[in-house]
Order: sequence, then structure tokens, then C-alpha cells
Amino acid sequence: MSTLGFREAFEALVPDAAAPAWLGDLRREAFQHFEAAGFPTRRQEAWRYTNVSAIAETTFELGSDAGEDASVTRAVNGAAFGETAATLVFVDGRFAPDLSRTLPEVATSLSVSWAGGSTGRPGPLGELVDPKLHPFAALNTAFLCDAARIEVPQNVTLEKPIHLIFVATPGARRVHHPRILVGARASSRATVVADFVSASPEVSFCNAVTEIEVGPGANLDFVLCQRETSPTFHVSNLAARVDRDARLATHTLCLGGNLVRNDLQVRLVAEGAECRMNGLYLGTDRERIDNYTEVCHEAPHGTSAELYKGILAGSSHGVFRGRVIVAPDAQKTDARQQNPNLLLGAGAEVNSRPQLEIRADDVKCSHGSTVGRLDEEAIFYLRSRGVGTEHARTMLGQAFAAEIVDAVPDQGLRDALLALITARLWTTGEAS
Amino acid sequence: MTTPLLELRDVHANAGETPILKGVNLTLHAGEVHALMGPNGSGKSTLASVLCGRPSFSVTSGEILFEGKDLLALQPEIRAREGIFMAFQYPVEIPGVPNNHFLRTALNAIRRHQGQPEVDAFDFLALCREKMAQVEMPEDLMKRSINEGFSGGEKKRNEVLQMLLLEPKLAVLDETDSGLDIDALRCVAEGVNSLRSPERGMLVITHYQRLLDSIIPDVVHVLSDGRIVRSGDRSLALELEEKGYGWLEEAAGAAPA
Ligand SMILES: Nc1ncnc2c1ncn2[C@@H]1O[C@H](COP(=O)(O)OP(=O)(O)O)[C@@H](O)[C@H]1O
Ligand SMILES: [Mg+2]
Repeated sequence: MSTLGFREAFEALVPDAAAPAWLGDLRREAFQHFEAAGFPTRRQEAWRYTNVSAIAETTFELGSDAGEDASVTRAVNGAAFGETAATLVFVDGRFAPDLSRTLPEVATSLSVSWAGGSTGRPGPLGELVDPKLHPFAALNTAFLCDAARIEVPQNVTLEKPIHLIFVATPGARRVHHPRILVGARASSRATVVADFVSASPEVSFCNAVTEIEVGPGANLDFVLCQRETSPTFHVSNLAARVDRDARLATHTLCLGGNLVRNDLQVRLVAEGAECRMNGLYLGTDRERIDNYTEVCHEAPHGTSAELYKGILAGSSHGVFRGRVIVAPDAQKTDARQQNPNLLLGAGAEVNSRPQLEIRADDVKCSHGSTVGRLDEEAIFYLRSRGVGTEHARTMLGQAFAAEIVDAVPDQGLRDALLALITARLWTTGEAS
Repeated sequence: MTTPLLELRDVHANAGETPILKGVNLTLHAGEVHALMGPNGSGKSTLASVLCGRPSFSVTSGEILFEGKDLLALQPEIRAREGIFMAFQYPVEIPGVPNNHFLRTALNAIRRHQGQPEVDAFDFLALCREKMAQVEMPEDLMKRSINEGFSGGEKKRNEVLQMLLLEPKLAVLDETDSGLDIDALRCVAEGVNSLRSPERGMLVITHYQRLLDSIIPDVVHVLSDGRIVRSGDRSLALELEEKGYGWLEEAAGAAPA
């Protein structure tokens, strides 16, 4: 499979005039990694269940944010869910100041810092996701021209979430490479929502990379909301490092996209670090959603609790692989993993594979995965009270998803998610 | 002559593949309360299931008319919206669906169907409070998932609460009294009695006569082996209480096949 289509685009990309010199080197190096590795194939264990040839065989085009676009504005407004500390919008991977509201020093973009004269290489950029291991992450870095940059200073609590919105301009076969950098410094507390939306009904490819550092004692909630409505290929690589007595909660919501692949890697690097990984994937039609998670317990007294729930309608296919690594000296680790799935469609399918690598002896580890169907008795009970079949199925689907939605930290966002899930379940109910 | 609220004409029905009802005839007019009694396994719940359209129960011959219309042509939810309510013998637990959300959805589905305005969350809460007090149900059960973790008695009260909220034209209660203590039994009886009206009909399925001390039936039917073998006034219930169901089997055994 060819990487050629991307070479031309790589050479044609003109970076920001104020961009620092290190950027060119970083990009070139990443592109070399990408070309050397090529697109992954199903022969590679990590890609066994997901065929990306459709991505490899398409020539995508990088949009160039040509000023105001009504459908982009509409998509961005449609993603709003209530009061935020800041809202940063990235169109085709570049910061869109007219659609955004920054929180200076805290929530801004790389391009804004460059324009302000600060040209140092920021915190976790390129430190957490290894481009040699992840060809898509290498591709993202090769096209790096801007990034969302969140820096929550020490001891600061942000009451309202920071909302990041990523969208591509309308056009045939658009690609964009969103990049997110988050540094939650010691004893800070914040919620960051990364929202991926569509502005057009055409095929597109979103290739995102997120790097997160959670400092000692900090508490960060990170919501990854994939809600593209167009036929989308969505690849996301998220890597996080959680320090002593800190807590990271990720909420991965896969609510749209024809082919979705999420890699999420969390390292608990110091004592008492905690991570909670929640996920919900809702597939319809022939969608494929592949979630790979990896949590590395590298120090004692770490806790990880993982709950990924899948609802698969139509002939959709869900994949969940959860790897838990406990290093030899990570004693007193408590690692839990659960993956319940609900199959709605006759042709729907799910693969669930836990993978535990435990090298310490004094640990508590558990995992479980289930595949079930809607309870027909429950559907009948609801119908016997006048609730229509579609509505009954939707109610039960919502009930299944509720645990994940309820854990999302913002009420406005919870309401928006619930509406989205309801709408999706409603249409799948009629289809299947 | 007025059209009966409910009319069963020679109804034969299967539970799964097994023939259970073997020719049931029953006519119930608005304003009447009928009791349906009979030994375990005689087909009482099968009859109830057929009335509310439970999947896997099928009518193989005969007809059922509700207000003169063919009931069997209607989906379960449409039957409910037309005004049929079933208090189940074994209500299911539905984790994750809050009682109040479910009941408001149901009430509004019925009201829409009957051309009445929907009830908003505020009015619904007030209505709910009133009915919950009537069945002596703690208010927090409304926020909980449907029947999840409810005791047997709480489940039955919840069925009666739903009946009071949805105000059906025909209520079918399938052994709502079974396993209830005196207090719960009184609540159920009061709930049913409060709904009695000239426009409504009720079919009270029970194994025991004791419920019929408080819900006085107009007609009592005895079901045995899929047929109504006797109908009469409330003295029939007292007779059954005295003699048990044993004589039925003898009667059935003596009857020509
Ligand atoms: N789903 C079913 N499939 C087959 N037989 C059933 C089913 N449900 C009930 N039955 C049988 O039908 C008969 C009547 O049951 P039921 O109507 O529940 O009686 P009752 O309510 O009077 O105790 C019983 O013999 C019972 O075992
Ligand atoms: Mg019964």
C-alpha cells in the first residue's frame, strides 16, 4: 500500500511563517518514519481486526482553511454544550481564532504562542507517542502545523471544561491531523473535551494525536468525543503519563465514523497514580470500531479501572483489546477491566480480548467481558404500557450506556451526549 | 344493547406450541368487575397474556373484541394506548430505566394516542406524588430503575401505581394479591376500588377468595383446563373457598371429552 499520495502533500505543506526551526526537523523525521513503516496491515498483531487499506488507497487532500465557511460555523455551533472555560476551534488542523475563545496562558494554540514570540518546544510534544511504533502518529507529526495547547498551572482548578473542536472544511476526501497537548501541572484540576465533528457529508479522514501529562496530585478528565456524521475514517492515538497521586479519567465516546481506530496508552509512572478509562462505542450499519487500550503500571499502589461498553447495531463490528502491564516493582497494583457488549443487529459482531501481563506478585487484577442482546421481556413490559418498540429499544440502549454518560463531568455535555446516543439508537432501532 | 367492553368468543390459544385455552367465552361490560379464578396451571395467565399481546402466546381460533374492535390485530403498545392495562403476575426488573422517565413516556404515549395534551415533567411529578401516596409507596422508588431491587410487594404496588396513573378502560390484574401481606393487600384493593367507574371494566385474576372480600366482583368465572367451567355471582367465590378446587377436577373428569 502506497504512502506516495502523502509525500506530495508533505512537500507542499507551507508552515506558519512564525513557526520555529525545530518544527521542520520534527516533521521531516516523522515523515521518514511514516514512509519507512508504511500503512499497517492485518498481518501485524495490533491491526489484526482492522483493515486500513481503504485509507491507504484513497488520496486525501489537506484542506486549506479559506476563511469563513457557513457549514463549518454551523458544525461548530452545533457542538456547543454550555458554558466553557475556553473553546478552541481547529479547522483542517489549524487554529481558527474567529470561532474560538482562548484562555490566555491556559488554553491556546501553538500558532498563537509562536505569534507571541514563544518558540520553545512545548512540554509533551513528541515525547509520549512514539512515531516509530505508530505510523499514523508519525503521519500526524509530519503534517504538524498547529496544535491545541492546554497548560493548567499548578494548584489551579478550572470549574468549566475546555472545549476543543476539530473539523475539516467541506470538500472531497479531506484529511486533517488534529494535535492536542495537555499539561495538567501539580495539584491542578480540569476537564478537557476534544470534540470531532463533520461539516460536510463527504468522505474524510481524521488522524488525531493527543499527548497528556498529569502532574503530581493533579486531576484531569479528558473526553474524546467522536461524533462525525459523514463517512469518516478516524484514527486516534492518545498517550498519557500520570504522576504521583494524580488521577486521569478518559472518556472515549465513539458515536460516529465508518472506520474508527483508537489507541490509548496510559503510563502510571509514580506511586499512587490512578486512571479510569471509560469508553462507549456505538456502531451502526457496517461501521467498524476498534479500541485498543494499554495501561502500564510502573510504580506501586497504582489503580486502573477500565470500563468499555459497546452497542453494536446493523452489521457493525466492534473490537476491544485491553492490555494491562504490571511492572515487577509495581506491587499493590489494583487493575480492573470490564467490557460488556450489547448486540442489536443480526449481523453485528464483537471481538473482545483482554491481555494481562503481570510481573509483580502482590497485585489485584480482574477482567471480564460479556456479549448480550436486549432483554425481550423488558421490551415487552415497556410496550405493554404503551411505549413503542423503537422507543423501548432506545430506552434500554440508553440504560446500557448510562453508566458511561453519567461519569462524564459536565451536565451540559452529558445532556448533549445523551441526545446524540438517543438519536443514534433511534435510527438503528428502525433499521434493525 | 351496548357493545361490551371486552368479548371473547370461543378463544383457543397456545403458550408456545402447547394448546392451553380450549374455547373461552367471556363478556365483560363497562362498569363491571369480573373475577377469574381457577387452580394453578388452568390457563389464567395465558388468558391475560393473550389479552395484552405477549409474544410467544398465540390465538389459534376464536376472536377477541375490545369495544367491538378486533383486539388481536393490534400490537401490544397499541392495545395499551387503546386503554388496556395488565398488572403482571411477575413484573420484570429493568436496570437503568428510571421509573419516572418510563411512566411519563408511557402516559404521554397513551394521551397522544387518545388525542389528549401531554403532561409536562412538573405536572407529572404532582400526579405521581398523589398516586404514590394512595398506594403508600415511598417517593424515592420513582427515581429508581423499574422494579430493580424492589421486594415482591413493592413490585405489585408499582403495578397498581401504574394502573392508577394510566387510568385504563380495562384493567387486568393477574394475581396481584399473591404473596402480599395484609397492608399491601389493602392498598391493592383500595387502588382497584378507586378506579371502579361506570366507564371502566376490570378482570381480576386471583387464586384466593380473600381479595374478593374487598373488591366485590359482579361476576365470578372459574377456569379449569383452559375452559370456563362455571360462572356465577360472588357466592361462587365463597363456595370455592369452602370446597377448594378439587370438585372441578372431578367435574372435568366426568365431563365428556
Ligand atoms: N411459554 C409457555 N410455553 C409452554 N407452556 C406454557 C408456557 N407458559 C405457561 N405454560 C403452561 O400453560 C399452562 C397454563 O399456565 P398459566 O396460564 O400460567 O396458568 P395459571 O396462570 O392459571 O396458573 C401450564 O401448564 C403452564 O406450564
Ligand atoms: Mg398465573
